[in-house]
Amino acid sequence: MVEHRPLGQLAAHLILIAGVALVLFPVYVAIVASTQAPGEFLRGTLPLVPGGHALENYRTMWESGLSQAGAPPVGQMLFNSLVMALAITLGKLVISLLSAFAIVYFRFPFRTFFFWLIFVTLMLPVEVRIIPTFQVVADLGMLNSFAGLSIPLIASATATFLFRQFFMTIPEELLEAARVDGAGPLRFFRDILLPLSITNIAALFVILFIYGWNQYLWPLLITTDSDYYTVVMGIQRMTTAADGDPQWHLVMAAVVMAALPPVLVILFMQRLFVKGLTETEK
Amino acid sequence: MQTKRMTFPGRWLPYALLAPQVIVTLIFFIWPSAQALYMSLLREDAFGLNTTFVGFVNFTRLFADGTYLNSLSVTAVFALGTTLLSMSAALLLAANVNRMLRSRNLYTTLLVWPYAVAPAIAGVLWWFIFNPSIGIVPYVLEMLGYRWNHRTSGVDAMALVIIAAAWKQIAYNFLFFLAGLQSIPQSLIEAAAIDGAGPHKRFWAIVFPLLSPTTFFLMVVNVVYAMFDTFGVIHATTQGGPAQTTNTLVYKVYADGFVGLNLGSSAAQSVILMAIVVALTVVQFRFIERRINY
Repeated sequence: MVEHRPLGQLAAHLILIAGVALVLFPVYVAIVASTQAPGEFLRGTLPLVPGGHALENYRTMWESGLSQAGAPPVGQMLFNSLVMALAITLGKLVISLLSAFAIVYFRFPFRTFFFWLIFVTLMLPVEVRIIPTFQVVADLGMLNSFAGLSIPLIASATATFLFRQFFMTIPEELLEAARVDGAGPLRFFRDILLPLSITNIAALFVILFIYGWNQYLWPLLITTDSDYYTVVMGIQRMTTAADGDPQWHLVMAAVVMAALPPVLVILFMQRLFVKGLTETEK
Repeated sequence: MQTKRMTFPGRWLPYALLAPQVIVTLIFFIWPSAQALYMSLLREDAFGLNTTFVGFVNFTRLFADGTYLNSLSVTAVFALGTTLLSMSAALLLAANVNRMLRSRNLYTTLLVWPYAVAPAIAGVLWWFIFNPSIGIVPYVLEMLGYRWNHRTSGVDAMALVIIAAAWKQIAYNFLFFLAGLQSIPQSLIEAAAIDGAGPHKRFWAIVFPLLSPTTFFLMVVNVVYAMFDTFGVIHATTQGGPAQTTNTLVYKVYADGFVGLNLGSSAAQSVILMAIVVALTVVQFRFIERRINY
């Protein structure tokens, strides 16, 4: 602080508290709604204090889901989301570590060509080429499978570029020393490069996990079998039913359960998350 | 392209290392993109029995089609509204958090978590709050004399999707603005303070211009976000309605292709979207490389 201004400081706190309240508001409403008895919604306005039905609402959704809306139990959908998010995260990390290693530490014909081939995928989100991608996955018989849910979303180059940038900053001397000691490329990769990249890998893990967990359109299209529904897309099926008859207390319980895992990941890994975010984007 | 001075010898190993990424990219990226380009030149009947090569007819039809032109302007309003709302809120919050010493981390933690909420979930949350029959905001608005109904009013529907999309994006912009603010040398601000400039004057005369690279970067990222990552917000709330007032370009690709089964037109729309993203990415790289500084 340049100068001491208690009034300015107080105003800043007030602005921030108002901002935090606005940011938190939707979640407060969702939590309050998820603790109500079904009858509360028939009266026309939502109560602003929590009710006493939290346990029973959450248990209903966890175990049986909104079966009349065709939605499976939330517990199962959470499991599917977890598998999908982890498969996308691990898949991206593995293929991008390997390809960044190849691009930085080898010289071979068509190296620049492969670099650009991977580079173009930075630009186009899956939403844009959704129909042909769907057709490819259907032709390969990958509808309603974890492979179909995750592998097509692995094809993006952000992680490759982050690792490439990072490998470029690793001192040449390390490689020279490793070669003098007679280490081959795979040994160098495993014993030197991987341990040095641990923080970057962890930071990227947080970002990619959230990316995978929050996928919506893709699972919506390729899962017709409710055994493979993920929780973020499953909620949409519940809301279409909930708007007709007031099941809001149950839908909001599912919303809270769907949002909680990625939010917890951010809160516990905040330092890594910020590092991963600022480095992938800039 | 630069490499290390010293590299490993190896004839097959580098290809083996690249293989997984290249194979996934070819099958799930290059092939479908090429397919989209090709399909955009075809016309197919609804059952997929007859396909004819029609050249650029799908494109010319689009630009003669009122719903497509409507969708373009809907997207422009939506992207502009979301970007302005989330960036100005984030800048206000970041500038104030940056003045704090002890409470900085607490405020940051309270503000960053919405990043983790899926756009579709953000949509459902705000949709519930704005629900015309039980929502809290319509109840308050009614007392102020405004009848909220996003099911019949296009303006209300647009406001709803902008608020939901911007709410989720504030966290992201906040983090980048805060990082930008922290990289501004304290000595500049101190010098201005000695010259007698108050906090507001200092912010607009020194801090804000120095933030321009961050601001520009965020503008591009936010426009891309609003255009492409908000499918979930729209699908979970208004589904493009009422009367096409929230039918953005990305949502229309989905609606025309999967619901309307008009594959040629949907592919042509995809190709136009690809061109837009490529243009935005090029702009972003150009300017970020040059680091605009006034």
